Amino acid sequence: MTPIRVSIFAAIAALLLLVVILELVRSRRLQERYALLWMMTSIVLLVFALWRDGLNVLAETVGIAYPPSALFLLAALFILVVLLHYSTVISELAERNLTLAQRIALLEQKVKESDVSQRSDSS
Amino acid sequence: MRRVAIVPALNEEETVGRVVREIRAADPGLEILVVDDGSTDRTQAEAERAGAMVACLPYNVGIGGAVQTGYQYARDHGFQVAVQIDGDGQHDPGELARLLEPIAADRADMVIGSRFLGAGLYRTPFARRFGIRLLAWVVSLIVRQRMTDPTSGFRAVNRRGIVLFAADYPHDYPEAEANVLASRHKLRIVEVPVAMRTRSAGRSSITVLRSLYYMIKVMLALFISVFRRYPAPAEER
Repeated sequence: MTPIRVSIFAAIAALLLLVVILELVRSRRLQERYALLWMMTSIVLLVFALWRDGLNVLAETVGIAYPPSALFLLAALFILVVLLHYSTVISELAERNLTLAQRIALLEQKVKESDVSQRSDSS
Repeated sequence: MRRVAIVPALNEEETVGRVVREIRAADPGLEILVVDDGSTDRTQAEAERAGAMVACLPYNVGIGGAVQTGYQYARDHGFQVAVQIDGDGQHDPGELARLLEPIAADRADMVIGSRFLGAGLYRTPFARRFGIRLLAWVVSLIVRQRMTDPTSGFRAVNRRGIVLFAADYPHDYPEAEANVLASRHKLRIVEVPVAMRTRSAGRSSITVLRSLYYMIKVMLALFISVFRRYPAPAEER
């Protein structure tokens, strides 16, 4: 059985996380699309912190003797998913960054070229 | 008074040229800017061939970012009115007069063309219709005004709307959020009935799995918007 203090502490921590996420979105430091995974994480943790029977069943199903460890495992798994998601986001950003740099370089070259041809036209 | 039509297009080579020509035929006073959201087909060439100006995004940024590019163009070039018309042909340029009238008469700062106010028959699958109803209900509640078609991308704004949207426009699936944004900035919003066509080519960018993400994301954004403060963009009084 999960000690009641573990449940209370875990619930408070999950709730705090949820509040921080919502505040970050509200103040526009976090976009909704990147908040959703975090929100899912905090809500699932909150549910299993409060729903103690559910946590017991979960622990038993995957063969964990000490139920609070299941909470740990859950948190660890979600953090893994979030990190993996961020790796794909970073990859996309890197790709776009490269595209932007290339576009700017070619645009600059075009601007210079048209400057030169204008100057030679006017002389 | 300078007016511009903003036409977001993503891989619409089959329709974008016709849309541009129809806009010109319906309202020759509109300048036309096609915003190509990173198409991989001949969208840019077709739009230029039809005589539109084309802004080409270096990669796909999503409909929100694409449309905002158009509003930034309108702001930087001193346009007084901007109309949004999809490049896929589902919005009928024949309805432009109806959409622009409330702005010309200064009865509205933003006009939304609604499919559900009785003009023409528009068939939507049940699930989508239910989703739109739910969104309409939530948006109406937040803006304290009846909204029947919050996801409609067929809309017009005056200079106030242009300046606002150029500075701040939602990402991903922006229409419903844009309504709330406009309302929070005290823009007068009017819906007018318009007939829309079912898509003639291409597929809607919204698939089944995405609609679920769409609903959750938009609902979160709408919920948060109630608690946000909205500083006025630079040019607004």
